[in-house]
Amino acid sequence: MIRYVLWRLLQGVITVWFIATATFFVMHNLPGDPLADEKAVSPEIRENLEKKLGLDKPIVVQYGLYMWNMVQGDFGLSFTEENREVNAIIRDHFPVSAILGVLAIVIAGVGGILWGALTALYRNRWPDVVIILLVILGISVPSFVFATVGQLALVTINNIAGFQVLPVAGWGTVAHMLVPALVLGLGTMAFLTRLMRTSMLEIVSSDFVRTAKAKGVPTAQIFSRHQLRNAVLPVITVLGPSIAGITTGGFVVENVFGIPGLGRYFVLAVQQNDYGVIMGTTVFYGAFLVLMVILVDILYAVVDPRVRLE
Amino acid sequence: MSDTLIPSSPPAKPFKEEVSRGSAWQLAKYALVGLLFFVVLLALLGLVTANSAAGTRSTSAVDYATNTITLTLSSEPPQLNSTRSTDMVSGMVLGHVMEGLLRFGPDNNLIPGIAESWELDELGGTFRIRSDAYWSNGTQVTAHDFVFAWQTAVNPETASQYAFILFPIKNGQRINEGELPIEELGARALDDFTLEVELEQATPYFLKLLAFFTYYPINKEFYLSTGGRYGADAEDLIYNGPFRIASWVHGASVRLEKNEYYWNRDETKLDAIDFAYILNDANAVLNLFATRKIVFAGLNSENLDRALKNRWRIQEHVDGSVFFLELNHRPDRLTSNYNLRKALQLVHDPAELVYKVMKLPGNLPGESIFPVWLRGVHGSFRDEYPGPRFVQDEVKAREHLAMALDELGLDELPPLMFLTGDNPVSNKQSEYYQRLYKEKLGIEVKIDKQIFKQRLAKMTSGDFDIVAAGWGPDYDDVLTFGDLFASWNANNRGRYENPELDKHVAIAQSSSDPVERMEAMDQVQKILHDDVAILVQYERGSVYVSDSRVKGVSRRAVGTDPDYTRAYIVQEENE
Repeated sequence: MIRYVLWRLLQGVITVWFIATATFFVMHNLPGDPLADEKAVSPEIRENLEKKLGLDKPIVVQYGLYMWNMVQGDFGLSFTEENREVNAIIRDHFPVSAILGVLAIVIAGVGGILWGALTALYRNRWPDVVIILLVILGISVPSFVFATVGQLALVTINNIAGFQVLPVAGWGTVAHMLVPALVLGLGTMAFLTRLMRTSMLEIVSSDFVRTAKAKGVPTAQIFSRHQLRNAVLPVITVLGPSIAGITTGGFVVENVFGIPGLGRYFVLAVQQNDYGVIMGTTVFYGAFLVLMVILVDILYAVVDPRVRLE
Repeated sequence: MSDTLIPSSPPAKPFKEEVSRGSAWQLAKYALVGLLFFVVLLALLGLVTANSAAGTRSTSAVDYATNTITLTLSSEPPQLNSTRSTDMVSGMVLGHVMEGLLRFGPDNNLIPGIAESWELDELGGTFRIRSDAYWSNGTQVTAHDFVFAWQTAVNPETASQYAFILFPIKNGQRINEGELPIEELGARALDDFTLEVELEQATPYFLKLLAFFTYYPINKEFYLSTGGRYGADAEDLIYNGPFRIASWVHGASVRLEKNEYYWNRDETKLDAIDFAYILNDANAVLNLFATRKIVFAGLNSENLDRALKNRWRIQEHVDGSVFFLELNHRPDRLTSNYNLRKALQLVHDPAELVYKVMKLPGNLPGESIFPVWLRGVHGSFRDEYPGPRFVQDEVKAREHLAMALDELGLDELPPLMFLTGDNPVSNKQSEYYQRLYKEKLGIEVKIDKQIFKQRLAKMTSGDFDIVAAGWGPDYDDVLTFGDLFASWNANNRGRYENPELDKHVAIAQSSSDPVERMEAMDQVQKILHDDVAILVQYERGSVYVSDSRVKGVSRRAVGTDPDYTRAYIVQEENE
């Protein structure tokens, strides 16, 4: 077990190093100039800016320096918010994204498993038809539509109620989190519902369920012990990448609801050729994703005794 | 042989298993557990975030009890070190918390700020600093603070993009280019309250520069005490303006509170201005306005209807910027041909663009690079020097096109590259021009959509024939637009070169005779039009809704905008 975890962690480190290297060189080859701004500057000022940000050195030297600093946990300075260290940006804004992401993933996971089980249980009856219709909607409608519609619904509700039922935008209390988390989790929830349904139906026709039935195990017990528990496995498998997807994919939701999360920095940095923030956020999220996948693999062994970590 | 019919299997009955009540019950129990888990999680998160500072505190647009108004900022202020700031958000925030020698008054005229009086002649002068001006840490604002800030701004190590705005001061440019030490700057503190300024050459608009943020003072001792973090956080700044930053939660909010050390504090009516949201989604901002959480929201063509339906009071404001199609004059480009440019000009119709394509009230059809609000000798520059207008003439346009083809030795014109941004407004515009040139002249246009930095890179390298560009003013003088197409100006990205135009720009830069200056600028607009250096599109206006309970807000084309420094709250109007 420990050897397995260590081995996976080592693999993870190599993966993150690869992500960092690829990002570094791709980023430096992006069209556009990170130092260009609306006002053109004289060559002297440009030189000084380059010196300030270390862009005057050969690219290999820059890479070496960056890696050396990164190993020591220093991601450098932001190019756009010029006084802020990338470390500070991650420290200030990742917790916000993480809170939002955790809520969204819980909504998506719990909702997906329950709705999926429900549709399997009521297969081809009306609850199944209605939910699957909603699932198709949930998968195909992009999150910015949900975000905008969700916010507009809040405006209408608040105006009809005459007082603030839930805040329209902002951050800080549980009330601020509910709708954004729901919007963020909706797509994943729809996807998980479908996955859970398929997985449940597959298991209905498996040998062990038939055996259990033949043994005379009560239906409810077959449902919860044999069907549900086995059907959850594929859901857990995709949960890992989903966690990373949701925490990093919060850009749209954060933008619409005015949430000070890291997603905004992650996306805007690319548009602004902000090398510091692109590197910092990509490497950070890359490491986060790798870690999540490893965690899920370990969790897998806990849920399914057939899986051994070796 | 006889055909044997294979009996078909009976049609499958639709599979409908009896739903076990027990299973459903079990599922319901799980659902309850799930819900419980969620509620517990929510409570925990509530506890965690309750202790963090990132919360949105303001509860309403206007708070009578605390005499506070609430607003949004479109982005985090990227740079509050005034020597290095470049953007509008930072400029707006700084305009509320800092003060230069002069500032803009309620009627948009320059009024004395930290300087209580001054004598200025062609090549310099002295400014008398108020003895009752203090920083928010209680130290006095002195002439040394201006000298320090200005030296820092031109110091090449600061690498300030706005260093050029200090070049009228003696040796400013040479210091910035590393030829002279910063101590050689023509600004000296004769004593704590007397600032002497020497100019490089006669600069008739020098006073108008002094309200700009790069000219704000900085307290040296405090600056050095921040260890290079000046302006990074609310604690890393001290303030000499009407407000001070009471809290700044990065990416979330900026709260300004009345600065009790400000010399003119009696004029500050509000106790606090809370930029409680950092939000740039126009619909989201309007949603906040609709629920009375903020006092101001900008409108765009998509959500204008909603404002109309709600019968909100819609206001217009000319924001000062001029937008134009910049033509590429580099010799290897098709657009370097005069007749081709002339053909494009003869089908150019800014009114159609503004009223039929963009359809947002507030924008004005462009006429000249000098916008309507600029001042001339006595009144408006536009009234005094109307300048040439665009006249549409398709027949003549085709004649010019034929001449152009002839000169270029072509049978058919290759497609023109139209470089533009990647936002909805740019899309509408570029598609309009694509259709216009195709229909009227048979010219193909290839649209090259690029995000901001990429577009800038292509503009700088000259990889375009036509680029949709714009310019916002830095100071309240014709020259802020007038020198844009001078051959030496790095912002002249189409590389337009005309010695005649350069000559007129030089006159406007140094002549102290207002009539001579304005006439020179009139020549500039004539040259730009006659030689088709650019095609002026429109003057940008903005439409917005604002809370009628807030009065005394100044909007202006140059300087802090919107300006809430003298705003105040009135009781609700009965409608």
